Amino acid sequence: MKRVPRPKGTVDTPIDSRAFDLLSATLALILALHAPHLPWWLSAALALILGWRWWQRRQQIGRVPAWLKLPMLALLILVVIAWYGTIFGREPGTALAVGLLVLKLLESETERDARVGISFACFALMVALLFDQGLIATLVVALGLLPALATLRALQPARLPSSARRTLMSNLGLLFAALPLALLAFLLVPRLSTPLWGAPSPRQATTGLSDSMTPGNFTELLTDDHPAMRVSFDGPPPPADLRYFRAYVMGYYDGRGWHRRSPDPHQAVAAIEAGTTVSYRITLQPTRQRVLPTLDVPLQAPAQSQMQPEREVLADKAVTEAISYAGTSASRYRLQAVLDPASRQRGLQLPAGFNPRTHALAAQWRQRFGSDDAAIVDAALARFHDGGFRYTLAPAPLGRDSIDDFLFSTLEGFCEHYASSFTVLMRAAGIPARVVTGYQGGYWNKLADYLLVRNSDAHAWSEVWLAGRGWVRVDPTAAVRPERVTLGAAAAAGDQRDWYRNDWLQDVRNRWDVVNRWWDQAVVGFDALRQRGLLTPFGIRDTDTGMLGLLLAISSVLFVALGLGWALWRREARDQLRAAMHRLERKLARRGITRRSSEGPQHYLSRAARALPAQRHELEALMNLYLSLRYAQDHPSTESVRAFSVAVREFRPLDVVK
Amino acid sequence: MAGLLQRAQQLAERRLPSLTRYRRAEKLPIELHRRRIYIVPTGFGLGFSVFPLSIQKDTLNYANNAALLLTCLLGAASAASMLVAFRDLDGLRLGHIRAGHAVAGQPIELTLAFDSSRVRQAIRVELGRDATAFAIDAGVVMHLKLMMPTTRRGWQPLARLRVWSSWPLGLFRAWSWLHPEQAVLVWPRPEEAGPPPVAPAEDARHMRLLQGDELAALRGYRVGDPQRHVAWKASARHDDLLVKDFERAQNRPQWQLDWRRLDGLDDESRISRLARWVNEAHAQQRHFSLWLPGNIIANGSGPEHYAHCMNALAQLP
Repeated sequence: MKRVPRPKGTVDTPIDSRAFDLLSATLALILALHAPHLPWWLSAALALILGWRWWQRRQQIGRVPAWLKLPMLALLILVVIAWYGTIFGREPGTALAVGLLVLKLLESETERDARVGISFACFALMVALLFDQGLIATLVVALGLLPALATLRALQPARLPSSARRTLMSNLGLLFAALPLALLAFLLVPRLSTPLWGAPSPRQATTGLSDSMTPGNFTELLTDDHPAMRVSFDGPPPPADLRYFRAYVMGYYDGRGWHRRSPDPHQAVAAIEAGTTVSYRITLQPTRQRVLPTLDVPLQAPAQSQMQPEREVLADKAVTEAISYAGTSASRYRLQAVLDPASRQRGLQLPAGFNPRTHALAAQWRQRFGSDDAAIVDAALARFHDGGFRYTLAPAPLGRDSIDDFLFSTLEGFCEHYASSFTVLMRAAGIPARVVTGYQGGYWNKLADYLLVRNSDAHAWSEVWLAGRGWVRVDPTAAVRPERVTLGAAAAAGDQRDWYRNDWLQDVRNRWDVVNRWWDQAVVGFDALRQRGLLTPFGIRDTDTGMLGLLLAISSVLFVALGLGWALWRREARDQLRAAMHRLERKLARRGITRRSSEGPQHYLSRAARALPAQRHELEALMNLYLSLRYAQDHPSTESVRAFSVAVREFRPLDVVK
Repeated sequence: MAGLLQRAQQLAERRLPSLTRYRRAEKLPIELHRRRIYIVPTGFGLGFSVFPLSIQKDTLNYANNAALLLTCLLGAASAASMLVAFRDLDGLRLGHIRAGHAVAGQPIELTLAFDSSRVRQAIRVELGRDATAFAIDAGVVMHLKLMMPTTRRGWQPLARLRVWSSWPLGLFRAWSWLHPEQAVLVWPRPEEAGPPPVAPAEDARHMRLLQGDELAALRGYRVGDPQRHVAWKASARHDDLLVKDFERAQNRPQWQLDWRRLDGLDDESRISRLARWVNEAHAQQRHFSLWLPGNIIANGSGPEHYAHCMNALAQLP
């Protein structure tokens, strides 16, 4: 059968170089977006393939042969399986998707190929948001839609020549026109309160506090500048030295590190006598843990969480998305004034056969100060302050008797080391003590009145039980480095931080956080619960799914009507000359020279010229111009009509001579 | 498959005239307006919607609001592109159509004059198998050339034109039928071979030696050339005398082509023989006259005369 040549402009025609360049640019952007969570060699290899294919098609139009393409495909799948062990799941799936997308470019020759590529590219763009849904990432992905849309435009035949800027503007215009409807749909598409299937990728480890602490495992946390939580206070914020946020209480020491005891179900929550109280609201970033940090020491647990015996707050389920909760805490308090024997015993637990020198030192102090526990605490703090200890995020490694090594030989470390050794020292001296981890400090954002607490503000301190005062918070790190408490972690670390964490940049980042907070609250944190309360300002307490659907339908119809109005609207071909003449008539009418209904333009303007003798020449010139444009020719040129209308605009009638 | 579709379409036109009423022929100029523009999603548009939908279900399940927001944005932009596609066609005007000349069996060239009050891009026009695309600027008349196949001589009504556009994203296709009430005249196909129109002797009788009065060239002086033919000004710049040479347009015998002399042939054969002679005469730049039943065309030559004669042949019953 003879093959009929297809008319041009159908799906089989090879795409032009502009469309191909735009397609390549889209893919390059996607690759850049995904590079942070792909193995670096895969990103590099894909970038190389992308660049090569782009260069190759510039030389000669045509598909890459199958003998080159198929091995690449096989290699990609093999590499993904070898690296991740599977092709399912978020990371391997993404690696495979991005790889396939780049390989798709190898055979992108016709319109159909390019369209399939762009559809897939849009998918890959959205997938990037599964890794990071911050404001910047979202904006970058939104901008990534622009080259994709431009590619689709470039696939159309017979376009008027247009600059890259014009194309960009028309695509931006399309997106902006779509924005109201998109926002509305975003607000009204019913959210699920619980996932229907699966849970978001459990494999990913977010840095955060954990319920055990071995010296050194904070290091990663202390160099992570991501926000951990944001706190707004009812009333003035507490002073810097009271900004301790309690997360875990660790009472079990195994010689290497500290662990949280699983709570005894019969144990009662420690009694507290509150002095001054502070109310606040915390927005917590996802931690994938149950703990809810609260200002030291919490009085009640927020909704859907439990107060633990040692006054930690654990949520009913792990925090997998940003949540917000209100709390009340006592900043002056007496916690567990009466210590029962079991608690006392737990507070003195130490493994046998570790840290002999520490034990000896504690015994020596006990001998010297007798039963004065407070004096022993002071002696230990004085030792930290004056004993030549250094605060550093990169301490020397410690041996088996880690506390001995730290206290007597290396003398350097950060909060974990100090809290840990102080607590061991206290226990060895017979004073009930425990380690508390959480956050301390934070950046007070004056612009929006909230406290930004970063992961790097993670901190560990001690609590010792003193007769008559209950559990007292003691921060041995403060003895070594008072700035840690008053100025924050960044100040304490001093010049050990990288160049990009200098003060100026830090300041910019802190200010920028206002925007991030807004984004997290308004967009990322918009969940089923918030959606149900959407219509509270309008008196509807609970907006259910049916209501949302109805609203979505109504507003969509509204937008469709608006869109149709725009689509059907046709600009009347206006008579510019007549419009200009009307303007002149209005100007003259303001001076009392009104055109009569039966009066022709010549008569009217001559009359106006007589009434305004000072502007007689101007008016006569206007009249002659109008007459020649209106009556001397059928289609006056656009330029001369414009000249007339400019002359009318510049004409200022003076006062009439009566 | 294609035949089935065509039959279904014919059935629809017969049974559902209210849906297909704009497909009947109408007078030029034709301006497209909302009541005759249809919009359907393209295959790509349907495929493209699968991706956002598949993402949407995941974003809802995992409460990924950023992705949901952008998917909504993409969806809304796609929907808006439908209106842009509609606006691309709405108000487009087909002013007039000029037809070229073609003999039966060869495609005839049509020139379609489109105009518009605003910029439109990527508008495609299909006529049978021929398709072309154009973009048009505001206030400009766009002349579009399309070829239409012809089958036999005489008046042939214009086929239906399909105008469509999937601007800007190719997700939706807005389309409309244009069926102008206009016919094109198709000339008769000349026969392949046959006898010459007249005997040579008769030819000689009509031979005239005429001196034309059109200046054709300059040549060197030959003895006997009249003095008034010497190009004095030009000669002043040369060594020799130059003489103006005048064309002799009428140096061939003129033909009298007559329907009545072609006895023993049926009408169509007569027409195709006359068409061949007219073609030959035109190619040889002869003067000729044509006698047809009911139409006598006087002696003449040149393209207009030729077209006149061919039109007359085409219109014979």
